[in-house]
Amino acid sequence: MSKQATAWECIELIRHKDRPTAADYIPMIFEDFIELHGDRCYGDDAAILGGIAKFDRKPVTVIAQLKGRNLEENKKSNFAMPHPEGYRKALRLMKQAEKFGRPVICLVDTPGAFCGIGAEERGQHEAVAKNLMEMMRLRVPVVSVVMGEGGSGGALALAVCDHLAMMQNAVYSVISPRGFASILWKDASREKEAANLIRITAKDLVELGVCDGVIAEPSGGAHKNPALTAEAIGTYLHHVLPKLIEKPIDNLLQTRYIKFRKIGVFQE
Amino acid sequence: MLEDLFHKVKSRVMVTTPDADAHISIPRDIMFKCPRCQKAEFMDQFEQVGKVCPHCGYHARLRAGERLEITVDEDSFIELDGDLKSLNPIRFPGYEEKIAKLQKDTGLTEAIVTGTCRIEGEACVIGVMDSHFMMASMGSVVGEKITRAFEYAQEHRLPVILFTASGGARMQEGIVSLMQMAKTSGAVANHSDAGLLYISVLTDPTTGGVAASFASLGDIVLAEPKVLIGFAGRRVIEDTIRQRLPDDFQSAEFFLEHGFVDRIVERSRMRDTLGKLLRMHRREEGML
Ligand SMILES: [Zn+2]
Repeated sequence: MSKQATAWECIELIRHKDRPTAADYIPMIFEDFIELHGDRCYGDDAAILGGIAKFDRKPVTVIAQLKGRNLEENKKSNFAMPHPEGYRKALRLMKQAEKFGRPVICLVDTPGAFCGIGAEERGQHEAVAKNLMEMMRLRVPVVSVVMGEGGSGGALALAVCDHLAMMQNAVYSVISPRGFASILWKDASREKEAANLIRITAKDLVELGVCDGVIAEPSGGAHKNPALTAEAIGTYLHHVLPKLIEKPIDNLLQTRYIKFRKIGVFQE
Repeated sequence: MLEDLFHKVKSRVMVTTPDADAHISIPRDIMFKCPRCQKAEFMDQFEQVGKVCPHCGYHARLRAGERLEITVDEDSFIELDGDLKSLNPIRFPGYEEKIAKLQKDTGLTEAIVTGTCRIEGEACVIGVMDSHFMMASMGSVVGEKITRAFEYAQEHRLPVILFTASGGARMQEGIVSLMQMAKTSGAVANHSDAGLLYISVLTDPTTGGVAASFASLGDIVLAEPKVLIGFAGRRVIEDTIRQRLPDDFQSAEFFLEHGFVDRIVERSRMRDTLGKLLRMHRREEGML
């Protein structure tokens, strides 16, 4: 593993035009991926790519936020910014996984949940909230991997899990550094300064007790060798999943609650 | 405890009255000038009706102590976890100073007050967020107090009523604030799985990470009239779509129409409504 880049270097790496997306990784990590569409309620959101696949010869449910590899793909997937129907599709697939007893693997990569008229009308706040609550009590193991951008509540809605991993150059934050600088300092141009201040790298999040493990990227970033990166992700999941599957489910759920329950810094 | 909450900051700021071409200045603690209809009212009369404008029905934001006073039975409130105070998880410059100043100015330790109380005789756990404290943003203390409130209620088999207000997650606490959304939602899930009632009352404003977590997870979601609710900030949306939004966008009425609020309840009817709902969810009232 190369040495930890600064937050700003990470942001430049994950914004690289050749950074692999979920569409690149899924065929390399999983076998026989079958995509499933729609939230059974309003529509199908292309910002969320979900379906069933095999991992280590066993069925799993895979749910990913999908960035485009070019402008055309990005227009279709809305730059991986889901609408409420995207989060509801994700939840539908999770409940399906629960019914059939297969683990859920979420690949998180979003600037955030979409901010727009339709998103508000269809209850973006409720869709995110519902996922947080339902994921907390989902009776199958959930592993989430932050692949690139972990943008606030829109990322968390796929990351209430038993094990949170981050790619070495991924970032995960409550607000984008740009938003942070713009709101707290009224100066969006101080984005870079904010990025390095607000602790958003994988290393930061391990130290803050939020992230459970870091997946190494090739020197220079994942795009330098997508196949090798995919292999690293596969190996990581192969290591983590069996331990979660072994645990009695009530024990797993209690551990999941405590994992989040204990995060917080205060005095009494 | 309550007396502390009522610690008022009397600011003799001079304001201009609505019909004052002559710029007559009136101290703010004698007159209330409605920001919506611009009409003026004597402050003591305005306070007597729970800070609702008698001319247009505007519901002014309340302090936590004021909310408790008009909601709970007299002398029934016992505060929980009142001594929890924020630290600085990501060592954000100036955060401790900002908290200390707000504590001094508001008389609150943090942006939420929680406790047990009775409403029309019905025992429950109550939480009131106070937008005067850093726009009631959710950091570690808010998240922890809400979580403990649900855990306490679960242990004692009590319903929970939360008056929510918030600008969202507390950015100064970085990722730790985001995680409070998951933590509080988990606490709601456990309380709910125990078959217990949770009523959230959305007050002005309930947005961002609080709207996108426990505030939306009530068995029953009430809202005060015309309050601002929503995931994204208005400006963020306007910048994204490059057009101006209608004035009632993201109002309680907007979300009632779209199916995300059960009922809009005026402040004068809130206590009565909560009392009725609590009574109807008593164990012994159930037919099955
Ligand atoms: Zn008025």
